[in-house]
Amino acid sequence: MNRKQLIEAFRQFLPEEAVLYEAEDLRPYECDALSAYRQLPMVVVLPRTEAEIAAILKICHSGRVPVVARGSGTGLSGGALPLAEGVLLSLARLNRILEIDSAACTARVQPGVRNLAISEAATPYGMYYAPDPSSQIACSIGGNVAENSGGVHCLKYGLTVHNILRLRVLTIEGDILEIGADALDSPGFDLLALMTGSEGMLGIVTEITVRLLPKPETVKLVMAVFDDVRKAGEAVASVIQAGIIPAGMEMMDKITIHAVEDFVHAGYDLEGAAILLCESDGTAEEVADEIGRIRTILQASGATRISLAQDEAERQRFWAGRKAAFPAAGRVSPDYYCMDGTIPRKHLAHVLEQIEQLSAEYGLRCMNVFHAGDGNLHPLILYDANQPGELQKAEAFGARILEICIEAGGSLTGEHGVGIEKLDQMCLQFSDAERNRFHAIKAAFDPQSLLNPGKAIPELHRCAEFGAMHVHRGTEKFPDIPRF
Amino acid sequence: MQDQTILDQLIQPVIQAAENKQPLRIRGGGSKDFYGNPQALQHSSVLDTSAWQGIVDYEPSELVITARSGTPLAELEKLLHDHGQMLAFDPPHFGAAATLGGCVAAGLSGPRRAYTGAVRDYVLGTRLLDGKGDILSFGGRVMKNVAGYDVSRLMTGAMGTLGVLLEISLKVLPKPAVERTLCIQTIPDQAIKIMRRCSAEPLPVSATCFHNDQLYIRLSGTESAVRTAHARLGGDEIKDQASDKENFWESVRDHVHPFFRQGKLNGKSLWRLSIKPTTPPLSLPGEQLIEWGGALRWLVTDENTDTAAIRQQASNAGGHATLFHSNKTAIPVFHPLSPALLKIHQRLKQQFDPAGILNPQRLYTEF
Repeated sequence: MNRKQLIEAFRQFLPEEAVLYEAEDLRPYECDALSAYRQLPMVVVLPRTEAEIAAILKICHSGRVPVVARGSGTGLSGGALPLAEGVLLSLARLNRILEIDSAACTARVQPGVRNLAISEAATPYGMYYAPDPSSQIACSIGGNVAENSGGVHCLKYGLTVHNILRLRVLTIEGDILEIGADALDSPGFDLLALMTGSEGMLGIVTEITVRLLPKPETVKLVMAVFDDVRKAGEAVASVIQAGIIPAGMEMMDKITIHAVEDFVHAGYDLEGAAILLCESDGTAEEVADEIGRIRTILQASGATRISLAQDEAERQRFWAGRKAAFPAAGRVSPDYYCMDGTIPRKHLAHVLEQIEQLSAEYGLRCMNVFHAGDGNLHPLILYDANQPGELQKAEAFGARILEICIEAGGSLTGEHGVGIEKLDQMCLQFSDAERNRFHAIKAAFDPQSLLNPGKAIPELHRCAEFGAMHVHRGTEKFPDIPRF
Repeated sequence: MQDQTILDQLIQPVIQAAENKQPLRIRGGGSKDFYGNPQALQHSSVLDTSAWQGIVDYEPSELVITARSGTPLAELEKLLHDHGQMLAFDPPHFGAAATLGGCVAAGLSGPRRAYTGAVRDYVLGTRLLDGKGDILSFGGRVMKNVAGYDVSRLMTGAMGTLGVLLEISLKVLPKPAVERTLCIQTIPDQAIKIMRRCSAEPLPVSATCFHNDQLYIRLSGTESAVRTAHARLGGDEIKDQASDKENFWESVRDHVHPFFRQGKLNGKSLWRLSIKPTTPPLSLPGEQLIEWGGALRWLVTDENTDTAAIRQQASNAGGHATLFHSNKTAIPVFHPLSPALLKIHQRLKQQFDPAGILNPQRLYTEF
């Protein structure tokens, strides 16, 4: 099916402004938040209803045209990067909250609804939607499902997969799958988990039922300063060992502290080697108990300064620094490259040391922010794309960081997804046989491989080439390393 | 016996069975032999996983435990208990021999489920043997991991039809400092309303159960939080006995409570209806016990009660019905799947177990 035929077919049932094909109209869709990768799609479609999506998929299926789904385009791994010969399916116009059921503690929403909009709609009932990725003002819930997004409160409240109950999914073959239920479980395989984080490769989600939680009565935040990253890491372990699951636990290293303090004046101690933010929520009594215990542990772990946010304004100010880490990186450097590895927390100090060595080796600075509670590390590599070769250096540096995470028993992506960005590292984390099963799963949903083909799971030949490249570089990391 | 020898005793039979297209019945401790459609496999050879046991890795401060599938659940929970931690999904033990592998394969969770999550919520990684005899690892030992499809959770509750679980990594949680059970005398409609209030308000509730006009609510948390919540909810405190047999929540979880015991009698069936929690009391013949804030309704009924009517009520209430325990064998156990979902299930089965040898028909007769 050529471009002209495709446009004509879409125009049969979609209004003129819902089918884009002129280069200038396609431009806003050429990349997601990983802007190093850009590609204009053949056509962009902007349906408003499930029936329109079904009709679009039917045409693409019969014409064998690949389809890339897109929510708000805030993804950081290029998962929504268009294909030159493909259709970009924007779900942004399916943006209605269909129902809030405060007694069942659920919200039924369309995929284009913004993450934060769900919590806003639930506020009158004293409830909220827990996963809060940093892009929550803009990112869509459909995109959150595709990426299994987390946020800063994951350790206590879980990821997207823990906070959704039901999905309505259209397959490329035209079936409607009702996955999950209004109940807490459903019969058969856990397809709800399989769909979550599948990066738009198995089906198109048209409706989502999410779980709402009652808003905690009280929230308090403690900030602790350490003169050594290692001590901060040990403090995190001690808090958890004491039986405390903080609502949030975030760490920043020295270079990050300086970058954000210059930017938002959060009141961070510039002498510190690491800052730990530790949040407690719950009933007033619970929080008072927990904060008391946390302070004692931080003290015993060698914190040089401990401050309890005295009021909501101060709490927001302490958080503002952490939340400004990415923009601050953009302020101190023309460009930055955000990584997303996870590690068992006990290896934190060792991994940070290795990153520091690589930083010297590549001659690029690296800021480290860390979801300390759940072991998710976001190194921000600072570079200047206008300097010839720096982007390549940054990418090589980033790839090495992910390899270190895998070696430490972690994963190459905690919450940003594989997308187009981390395909090579997937060759390291999984064996040929494992990657084959991933392809087999895709084939069970999408036998002709039309939904977001080429993302998330590398083809075998790519891994063969990548393996060869690694031998050439003299490293010893091979796909068949045992991981359990 | 050497580890490799034990492992070979699992791998070789799978390879053999795949060659001969001879079904295998995967079995750990056998405590859930009754569950699912076991009669389909009654003449199959048993693949016994119980020798493949042991804790592989456990560091309390990481909140992760990794163990082999044959590890007795009781042993694993004892180790966690000694470190002040627990499996927060509260897995049922339908016998002392219950294993971790069986727990994850069956995907069943206990009274805490509505408040802290299900087995699948805590599974971080699995190592498994698929129907071709290949050993595969998915997920890992970290809390956040979105590399590749979530095969580990796909295995959870698949009743062994997609692979033989070898090793499982689970997230664990600290045990609450204090637990207290309240009892409120009330009627079913009102009980469900109170249960919903317990979920909609920020209360430290960790279990709810209604039976015989008694609503039981368990509070878990700090001493002060539990005390305040008790004052808000009212009700009398129930003193649980230390002994397992007399612990109310364990008796409900493990189905040794008199309600569940009568469900196992001749002529009776025990149904599990998992539905939208706000559903008013179901009108079905027999006796009911409500859990999970209203989302789980157990029904003990005559074994000749109309199955279609039970399934219909569950469907109407946004959920499904499982014939959990019955001496009558001819009825399909699990709620039928829609044709579109069945197609996906069959294709996934085909991909992971092309010869159809791993627990065929234990879940659905179609695969």
